[in-house]
Amino acid sequence: MNQPSSPQTPARPAGPGPATAFHPWDDPDAVPLIRFRGVTKRFGDFTAIDAVDLDIYPREFFALLGPSGCGKTTLMRMLAGFESPSVGAITLEGRDIVHVPPHKRAVNMMFQSYALFPHLTVEQNIAFGLKRSGMEKDAIEARVAEMLRMVQLQKFAARKPHQISGGQRQRVALARALAKAPKLLLLDEPLGALDKKLRQQTQFELVDIQERTGTTFVIVTHDQEEAMTVASRIAVMNEGKIAQVDTPGRIYESPASVYVADFVGDVNLIEGNARPVGQGMAEIRWREGVPAIRGQAAEPLVEGERATLAIRPEKIAISRERPEGRNNVVQGRVHDIAYLGNISTYHVRLPDGVIVQAQVANQRRIARRDFTWEDEVWLSWSDTAGVVLMR
Amino acid sequence: MSRFTWFNATSLTFGFAFLYLPMVILIVYSFNESRLVTVWAGFSTRWYGELFRNEQFLDAAWVTLRVAFFSATFATVLGTMAAYVLVRGGRFFGRTLFSGMIYAPLVMPEVITGLSLLLLFISINLDRGIVTIILAHTTFCMAYVAVVVSSRLVSFDRSVEEAALDLGATPFDAFRSVTLPIIMPAVVSGWLLGFTLSLDDLVIASFTAGPAATTLPIQIFSSVRLGVSPEINALSTILIGIVALGVVTASLISKRNLVRQARDARRAIQAGAEEGREARAT
Amino acid sequence: MDFRRFSLIALPYAWLLLLFLVPFGIVLKISLSDYALSIPPYTPTLDLTGGWPAIRDFLSQLDFENYVFLTEDDLYWKAYLSSVRIAAIATFITLLIGYPIAYAMAKAPREWQPTLLMLVILPFWTSFLIRVYAWIGILSSEGYLNQTLGFLGLEPVTVLNTNIAVYIGIVYTYLPFMVLPIYSTLEKMDYDLIEAAQDLGCTPTEAFWRVTLPLSRPGMIAGCFLVFIPAVGEFVIPSLLGGSQTLMIGKVLWEEFFNNRDWPVASAVAVVLLLILVIPIVLFQKNQEKQQE
Repeated sequence: MNQPSSPQTPARPAGPGPATAFHPWDDPDAVPLIRFRGVTKRFGDFTAIDAVDLDIYPREFFALLGPSGCGKTTLMRMLAGFESPSVGAITLEGRDIVHVPPHKRAVNMMFQSYALFPHLTVEQNIAFGLKRSGMEKDAIEARVAEMLRMVQLQKFAARKPHQISGGQRQRVALARALAKAPKLLLLDEPLGALDKKLRQQTQFELVDIQERTGTTFVIVTHDQEEAMTVASRIAVMNEGKIAQVDTPGRIYESPASVYVADFVGDVNLIEGNARPVGQGMAEIRWREGVPAIRGQAAEPLVEGERATLAIRPEKIAISRERPEGRNNVVQGRVHDIAYLGNISTYHVRLPDGVIVQAQVANQRRIARRDFTWEDEVWLSWSDTAGVVLMR
Repeated sequence: MSRFTWFNATSLTFGFAFLYLPMVILIVYSFNESRLVTVWAGFSTRWYGELFRNEQFLDAAWVTLRVAFFSATFATVLGTMAAYVLVRGGRFFGRTLFSGMIYAPLVMPEVITGLSLLLLFISINLDRGIVTIILAHTTFCMAYVAVVVSSRLVSFDRSVEEAALDLGATPFDAFRSVTLPIIMPAVVSGWLLGFTLSLDDLVIASFTAGPAATTLPIQIFSSVRLGVSPEINALSTILIGIVALGVVTASLISKRNLVRQARDARRAIQAGAEEGREARAT
Repeated sequence: MDFRRFSLIALPYAWLLLLFLVPFGIVLKISLSDYALSIPPYTPTLDLTGGWPAIRDFLSQLDFENYVFLTEDDLYWKAYLSSVRIAAIATFITLLIGYPIAYAMAKAPREWQPTLLMLVILPFWTSFLIRVYAWIGILSSEGYLNQTLGFLGLEPVTVLNTNIAVYIGIVYTYLPFMVLPIYSTLEKMDYDLIEAAQDLGCTPTEAFWRVTLPLSRPGMIAGCFLVFIPAVGEFVIPSLLGGSQTLMIGKVLWEEFFNNRDWPVASAVAVVLLLILVIPIVLFQKNQEKQQE
């Protein structure tokens, strides 16, 4: 459980990988565990969920990512049975669950507030669901012991929730939700209350437990790093709609829209008139008198349409001399430097005032930095580094 | 959660009917023409007229109002001091005894408080009258004021006081210019509570009032012992009306404050969003 | 210690010492004195000018005679017992009526809650005496209750001047004290807990019994104490609504003092009443402290 935390290691190989790689969503024969079809949810005049179609496969660790109010929590509460859709169908293993009340669903939830029963001990909290299912007393005890072992809380079994730390409470909540061995575990911002170090460590524990139990997890989060770390696939949501569903790698590298590019990670957005240049590439004319810049087109586009080039700061190189043999080159002046220790972000102001960020790993000590404020610099990036987006 | 269920609506209907029906009946029958209070004989305001010609009641009302005003005022000053000492005073000799003495009057049976104060006044040869009632009422009302004010003191952010001290205010300045304005709503409701309790009290006043001073509750009690009277109905209606007016006004004011707070919060969010947009635009 | 801080503490402290603690000392002292046909109607009286011998003489005359008297005359211990019983039964009925009201308030739509709260608090600001008085007209033999029963063709009932009327009076006047603490625990309760219980397999009814009810226990306990403690010493309700058989110690004390003018016995009654109430008062304080954790 106590894996060394190295945030750089991805939880799973993203995209095409070894033969054992897990991507049922690419397999036309795979049967989804959960299926949303045309699901809409309205609260009065407000549409929280707008015609959502979504498939979640068995053993997936699926993340619903978006800002607050985007509908991700409503979507999860529909899975738990606390909300029912105004229109549309939700199936679990092919069975319609819209009218099944929460206490009859093989779905358990880990609440954002943990919702541990304050009047019960850790043990009694974990046993709560098992007792409702009419399990034998011995079997309950065995299962509770197993769960306590899994989250390493044997020593705290007799404590009340307010007598243990925040991280321990989080583990009790997880154990309680997993005790009934649900087909689907829902996690509502499960790590939101933990501090950063503990959160990173716990993310790996979650992945580990998910893999060992083979349970399908659906996590709701607004923290893109968290979603990228734990999830096999991410659904980025915006205003009740799903903006993109894909693996973390593809969400980051090939965002489908400006919204997704902007929400996940840092990005420079350069708007202009597009022109297809063949082989899935496009060019953007963004200012008079300077060469157009290029990127991969996210979708086929028509000449003259408005489009945006999205380019990640770490893909932009910074140099004092004009680099040779590159199409995407701009000149500017260092306006600001954000020193983050491991990396530095240079805010470079172009002649027309636009600021472009470039990120550089700090391989040298800070005193030997190559560039400083007000230096004239050149920014450049490869043709395939940026994405041209229509939306 | 957002709608009344059948069960909850029923509980509330019966609960509030139980709470309010007796008072409604009282009010309706105060406008009864007949002296026989349980038989309706037509509408009349006759008993209100009789009430205002009854010297005894008017005298008693005047005594009661004076007692309530002074008791509430003294109790507010002392209770606020006591609350401040309890919440901010730190450690001092006999603190436990002090807090015990503040909270004890809240649960003390009135007969005991009344008896003990009477015995005190007699042993120090203090003539019973308005003064003794005020002393007695101040003592038991200050406990209520202390509770109300200290709960406000506990909940407010101490750092604003510290900021005032940091900016050069003396402790007294800090109290007057920062703490007091913040706890003012609690002080005002403490005063109102004290005023109402004093207005209402029968038992303690009966012990501590001498033959020279009779309060309204004492007057009401002695005539009610003989049974229901239409004049008392009229008097009750007036008292209920005053209280209802006061409580409704107070709740409207607090509702207006809530609306204002909500509007301020909305504005704050908008301001934040605008700033965010501007930052992104540059 | 500077003078301002000293006076801030000293003023309320001295006030409470003089007007709260010292009077109790006097009650205790008089409870150990004897009845006398004099003014004041007890003996001995302390004469501090007499110096040390006078004090010693005074102390030697104090005895527990009044307390012995309380145990001999069965009126007193029956009155204590009956007060505690009436208060306990009334508290239980108040709980049964108050809980559903508090629950319904906590579950009511948010925008309704301030209004409902105001409606519960409003009677509390209305004169206690008047609220008790209102029931005389309802419960008397020709009262509105019997008029209604007669209108429905039912037999009239005798309620006024019985213990039932006392129960009604206590329940009616103390109901807000039960509803408010229960409401505040229910209102503070995290609704996630109910959803968690349902998520783990409870029906809504089961979730109520297993989660809501146990979690509202502090509020129920606080409410019960807030009703029980003052109800034991209640005077107005038994004297206006109760009958000659209604024995309550507050009324006994009142009559002992005002009608019999036996101050020493009245004081002894008060001291014993206080001793009886010390236990629930301490338990109540414990409950409040635990809630604040």
